[in-house]
Amino acid sequence: MTDWRPSASLEILAARAALLADLRAFFAKRGVMEVETPLLAQSTVTDPGIEPFKVCDGAEPAPRFLQTSPEYAMKRLLAAGAPDIYQMGKAFRSGESGRHHNPEFTMLEWYRLGWDHSALIREVAELVCGTLGVEGWQVWPYRRLFESQLNFDPLDSGISLSQLTDIAAAHVGPVPDQLGRDGLLDLLMSHCIEPAIRDWGVVFVTDFPVSQAALARHITVAGEAVAARFECYAGGHELANGYWEQVDVALLMAQFAADRESRAARGLPARDEDPRLLAAQDAGLPSCAGVALGVDRLLALQQGVESLAEVISFDWSRA
Amino acid sequence: MPNFSTNEFKPGLKVMLDGEPCSILENEFVKPGKGQAFNRVKLRNLKSGRVWERTFKSGDTLEGADVMDVDLEYSYTDGEFWFFMDPSSYEQYSADRDAVGDSGKWLKEQERYEITLYNGTPLAVTPPNFIELEITETDPGLKGDTAQGGSKPATLSTGAVVRVPLFITVGEVIRVDTRTGEYVSRASKS
Repeated sequence: MTDWRPSASLEILAARAALLADLRAFFAKRGVMEVETPLLAQSTVTDPGIEPFKVCDGAEPAPRFLQTSPEYAMKRLLAAGAPDIYQMGKAFRSGESGRHHNPEFTMLEWYRLGWDHSALIREVAELVCGTLGVEGWQVWPYRRLFESQLNFDPLDSGISLSQLTDIAAAHVGPVPDQLGRDGLLDLLMSHCIEPAIRDWGVVFVTDFPVSQAALARHITVAGEAVAARFECYAGGHELANGYWEQVDVALLMAQFAADRESRAARGLPARDEDPRLLAAQDAGLPSCAGVALGVDRLLALQQGVESLAEVISFDWSRA
Repeated sequence: MPNFSTNEFKPGLKVMLDGEPCSILENEFVKPGKGQAFNRVKLRNLKSGRVWERTFKSGDTLEGADVMDVDLEYSYTDGEFWFFMDPSSYEQYSADRDAVGDSGKWLKEQERYEITLYNGTPLAVTPPNFIELEITETDPGLKGDTAQGGSKPATLSTGAVVRVPLFITVGEVIRVDTRTGEYVSRASKS
């Protein structure tokens, strides 16, 4: 048996240690407080695109979920009056295994009180560009990116589902059944846009369709309702996802209801909203922007390696 | 056959796609930041040999294909079918021209071949990497020629034509690499 050995070289593990120290220094310098929140929680996300690991133990009255992101717990801290906070730790997503995914990964998540997503984009850019040693970064509204690369407006509701299916099929070949509008846009994003922006350096995609808002606020840009959400891409890979956070409890409830419908439509198991998050948001989440960044991917880009296994001491197959 | 989910797709897994048996070559998990996850899969159509690239939603399933590889001994051909036998059960299998394909020129009686069976019928015939065959026709060797120097065409007992060194003569047995169709050496005398 040789897979007792690490999947990453010791040189890269040393670079990893240096990166973790640099990231902590970045926040220390800015007065952002480090926090730790539970990995095993009683509730989990409703997001239909994320599957948590369920941990069952005979000694516990009910199963727990390994966290898929510390978002809910960190928002509870903010609602309880915490200042700007960050957390760097493990997150877990079942079934997400591949060259650029490891089901157990290191996530850096932080929140800035009183900021909007534009302000947070500037800070993410500083962190990412500094780490990768690159200058300059670009911002592309989701709509403009699709128009420039695929010649259609993804927000145009005049494009029917079957027309969108045809567009997707023209670019990627046979399209899986029952993807829906957002699924088709996701398909084009991952199969066409991501490869197309590989050599563009650091790119922020903003102003997502409101149907992809998740927990971001809905805002109006140039007369069109969009999500105050951004994704940071570098080398064609998604590095970070951020929101100007939704603080309106009614709209948050509507998002959870939409998630529930979407899970049912996809035949996924139903999932209850986290009552503690709802109670915290009911008590009042202060206006803030937050972002989650994949540390393993950032390190892979910095080290110029293609797979996450090369930057993780023991990848999923060796863990 | 059981169904396999995208997270079980591994190179070599045999599945049915569009009614055709396929072998999975590559499976890549892709996911935009949030939203729908996909698996980009490369498969070889085992009938046509063509490589297909398909995208599935993660969690989608395909039916397994009743495909297996067995070692069978070549018996004979009647011109339309090529007959193979399982040396332990003596069961006979007949492969048609499509299944035999280019391997036809390497078929030697009593030699073992890897046969890919689909629903019990030969789908493909793979010869061993190296095979020893007799020369049935070639120009006479030139005196004084050694291993260095030119080559000439030679016809083998199976009908295959390969290039051999000038010193090789009719009746000799040579070792050939079936993957490249190249002469390797004179066969060791046994």
